[in-house]
This record gives sequence, structure tokens and C-alpha cells, in this order.
Amino acid sequence: MQRNKIEEGVAIGLMWISTGIVLLSVVLILGTIVVKGFPALNLDMITKTPSGGFYLGKSGGILNAIVGSLLLTGGAVIVSIVFSLPVALYLNIYAARESRFAAMVRLSLDVLWGIPSIVYGAFGFLLMLTLGVRASLLGGMIAVSLLILPMMARAMDEVVRLVPRDLLEASYSLGATRWETAIKVVARQALPGILSAILISFGRGIGDAASVLFTAGFSDNIPTSLLEPAATLPLAIFFQLGTPFPEVQARAYASAVILTAIVLGVSVVGRLLVWRYGRHVVK
Amino acid sequence: MLLVTVSCGLLVLLIAGGLIFKSWPILTLKPVSDLLFSSTWQPLKGEFGFFPFIMGTLWVTGVAVIIAVPISLFTAIYLSEYAGRRVRAVMGPLIDLLAGIPSVVYGVWGVLLIVPFVQDHVAPFFRTFSDGYTVLTAGVVLAVMIFPVIISVCVEVFNSIPVELREASLSLGATRWQTVKHVVLRRALPGIIAANVLGLSRAFGETMAVLMVAGNVVANPQRVLDPAYPLPALIANHYGEMMSIPLYDSALMLAALILFGVVLIFSVVSRLVLIRVERRTG
Repeated sequence: MQRNKIEEGVAIGLMWISTGIVLLSVVLILGTIVVKGFPALNLDMITKTPSGGFYLGKSGGILNAIVGSLLLTGGAVIVSIVFSLPVALYLNIYAARESRFAAMVRLSLDVLWGIPSIVYGAFGFLLMLTLGVRASLLGGMIAVSLLILPMMARAMDEVVRLVPRDLLEASYSLGATRWETAIKVVARQALPGILSAILISFGRGIGDAASVLFTAGFSDNIPTSLLEPAATLPLAIFFQLGTPFPEVQARAYASAVILTAIVLGVSVVGRLLVWRYGRHVVK
Repeated sequence: MLLVTVSCGLLVLLIAGGLIFKSWPILTLKPVSDLLFSSTWQPLKGEFGFFPFIMGTLWVTGVAVIIAVPISLFTAIYLSEYAGRRVRAVMGPLIDLLAGIPSVVYGVWGVLLIVPFVQDHVAPFFRTFSDGYTVLTAGVVLAVMIFPVIISVCVEVFNSIPVELREASLSLGATRWQTVKHVVLRRALPGIIAANVLGLSRAFGETMAVLMVAGNVVANPQRVLDPAYPLPALIANHYGEMMSIPLYDSALMLAALILFGVVLIFSVVSRLVLIRVERRTG
């Protein structure tokens, strides 16, 4: 009996330590970024584009990268919605929900979700070579939309799947077609979940560096057309950190604060939306 | 809609096809065994030996998994079997947050905190010198990155185990830990393995954070305090010159193909296991 108690105590101790380590790593990451990045953060960072010699420590900001990232990820998210929403609706309304076909598509999306982003970058680069597109906003959008498509489609599929069967049948029994049911009943019922799927995908897209490395290029100017190269925040951080100058490295930390703030902000907004619009959902 | 759905499903094949097509030139010119097991990497002379990079990836991923698996597993057990509602309400969002932090931010964190720590404390402790950019550093950063993957999948697997099973065990006089050990863990084993393989494949393909802290020296690492040059870092570092040296683009696409292939196999297998786990309880 005594041995059991000791073993249980040791196990619980290990659990506490492990949970503590996980907690500590969250605190350490956010703490380090904020402590190092905050002092270098100023208004110029977010309102100016790099001036000459920016990467040698001269004045300027990373507005080019902020705008570039928002445009690029925004475009990619729109492209992804156009593909994901039909997939989620098709799998749950037109195809038999648990059919072998649906299972295969889900498996395939899950697998795509796990493919490293550098592979999407390389594949996007291949596509661009084939299509004759140079490293540009458009190229980056293609790569990032491929990257976030599986995640968005699966997340939407999960929320649409939760729509009660009865609701569909009630709609059919009133004479609605499948299409009307899909758009007017299911999409509305799943709206909070769909919005949060979109925002989560946005967060993943804007934070990813490896997929835009070959495809989006980099530029000190704000892109004015789809075919111009665009700077992105993760790459701005990476390049600034790679310089030997402490002032520029400090700006990399500040840029990391900005990127983290955008990602966390988007995720908080997502949670709020779910909470706010969750009330209109038929339980 | 059917068309869109099918084409999304076929994206895997499209990516595989594209990568194979582009890496074909080098595959026809060199024997596969040379490419995989030669350590000579001199693109200018047409020598493409991937062995140091493959070893670099294996070392870094190995260290990450060794650190992450026990910590994630114990945390998952705690969260699903022991923790009260309040602890769960705090830890859940925090783990989501960890999953949402961009990889480049993990890289910055690694450079700011783990690199100096390894340089100033770990290396002197073992009486060696290191600049801090090592297998160990990359492993630690990757381990933290895959915590959320392993923890959240494990918690889901534990939650799919019927409460009645636990109650039956408890009513026979087993303690909570005995119940966890003999009932929950045994029942959840396939799911736990699948969760860890998912975490592993995430670490395997992670690029940016590793690129920033692993040191990127072309050599086979001999110990955890040596620098490494993992495959994803190789692709990311050399995209600029790949159009100017013959066969280089093909070699880098082959590197991407290797990553793709390994991750594909790992995730198909672990997903199939997870689907079976889900079905058994559902």
C-alpha cells in the first residue's frame, strides 16, 4: 500500500513539473520578446518604410513589411475561403457525411495540414516557374493560400459537421433545396465557427516565413500591384536579426513584438466573435 | 463543389508530382545511395551528398522528441485526469497560444535566451566551448514548438476514453494513478503514439526557427553540442543561388521531396491510427 502511495506521489510530482515547464515556456517566450522588443518599439517602426541604410542602423520603419504581410495574408485568406467553404459544405451536405469519399478527403486535408511550410514554399516556387510569375505579392499569395487551405477547410468542416442533423431535415421538410439549406441554414448556423476558422488560418498565414521566402521576394516599398515583390513581417524579422548591428537587431525584436501582437490580437478577436455570435446559434 | 472538393483532395498528388518532376534530373544522373549517404556537399563541383543534412535533421528532431514527449505526456495526463476545471480553463488557452506563436518568433526567442544559455552555462558545464548554436539549442526550441501538438492530441485521446472504464477501475479499489497507468494509458496507447508521431513530423519539417539557432555547419553532428544543418534550413538558405548553379535547383527540390515523403508517411499512418481510435469509442 505504501509503495502505491509513493508511486502516485512521484507521478503527480512529475505532472506538476511538466505542466510547470509548459507554463514557464509560454511566460519565457512572451516575456523575452516583450522585454527585448518593447524598448525598441516606437511610432516610426509602424508608420515609416525603410530609408536608405535602414539595415545599417539608419532611420525608418517596417511599414512595408506590415502592409505587405496584411495584403499577402488577406489575399491568401480570401482565396482559401473560396475553396474551403465549398469543401466543408459539400462534405457535410451533398456527400454522405461519413462516407468513404468524405473520409478520404478529410484524411488528405489532415495530411496536407502536416506538410512543412518550406515544402509549400518550394512547390509554390515551382508553380511560379511554370506560370512565369516572378517573386511577387501574387506568388506569395499562392504559396500561403496552399499552406492555409487544408487547415481552414478542415476547421470549417469540423464546425459544419456539428450542425444538428435535425436542423437540415427541418429545412428539407419545408421544401428547401440542399443549396438553400446549405447557404441559409447551415452556413448561418456555423457562422461563428467559420469566422474563427478564418481568423486562425490568418494567424498561421501571417506568421509563416518559410512559404514566402522564395515566393514573395522582399522590397523596401509598399507593393502597388500583385506582380511587385512584397516584404513580409517574418522575413523582416529574420533579415534584421541577421545583420551584425545591435540597433537593427533591436528592431528585429520590436518587429517580433508587432507580429506576435497581430497574431494574438486576431486570435482574441476570433474568440470574442464566437462568444458574441454564438448566441444566435440553435443549440 | 464536387470539383473543388476533389481537387483539394488531390493536392497531395499534385505536390508530389511537381516535386518528383523537378528533382528527376538529379535522380537520373546520380545513384540514390550516393545522394543519401555521401557527405560531400560541393554544388559547384556537382557533388550533392545529403548525408550531413539528413543527420542534422535526425539529431535535431531526436533531441526535440526526447525532451518533448515525457513533458507533454505528463502535462496531458495532468490536464485530463487530475486538474480541476479552473486549471484547465487557464492552461487550454495558454497551450493554444503556444501553438499560435509564429515560428520566426520562436527563432528570435531561441537566439535571445537559449543560445546564450547553452553558450554560457551548458557548454562550460561539460568543459567544452560552444557558440550556442547547436543541436541542443535547436532541439529545445523545437521541443517547445511541438508541446502544443502532442498535448492537445493526447488530451483529446484521453477524453475519448469512456468514464465508465475509469469508474470500474476505481471501484475495484485502484488508486487514481493505478487507473491511469493500467486503464487509461493502456487503452490510449495507439493514440499517444500517433500524437507523438504528429509532433515529430512537425519538428522534422520546421524551418525558420531551426535555421536561426542550429548553426548551419555542413558536418555530421557527433554530439548534442555540435552545430547541425538540417534539411529545411538547407533549402531556405540556398534558394537565392539555386538558379545559377546547374542541378542545384533539382537538388533542393529533392531535399523538399525527402521532407515531403517522410512527413507524408508519418502523418498518413498516425492519422489512420487516430481515426481508428475515434471510431472505436464513437
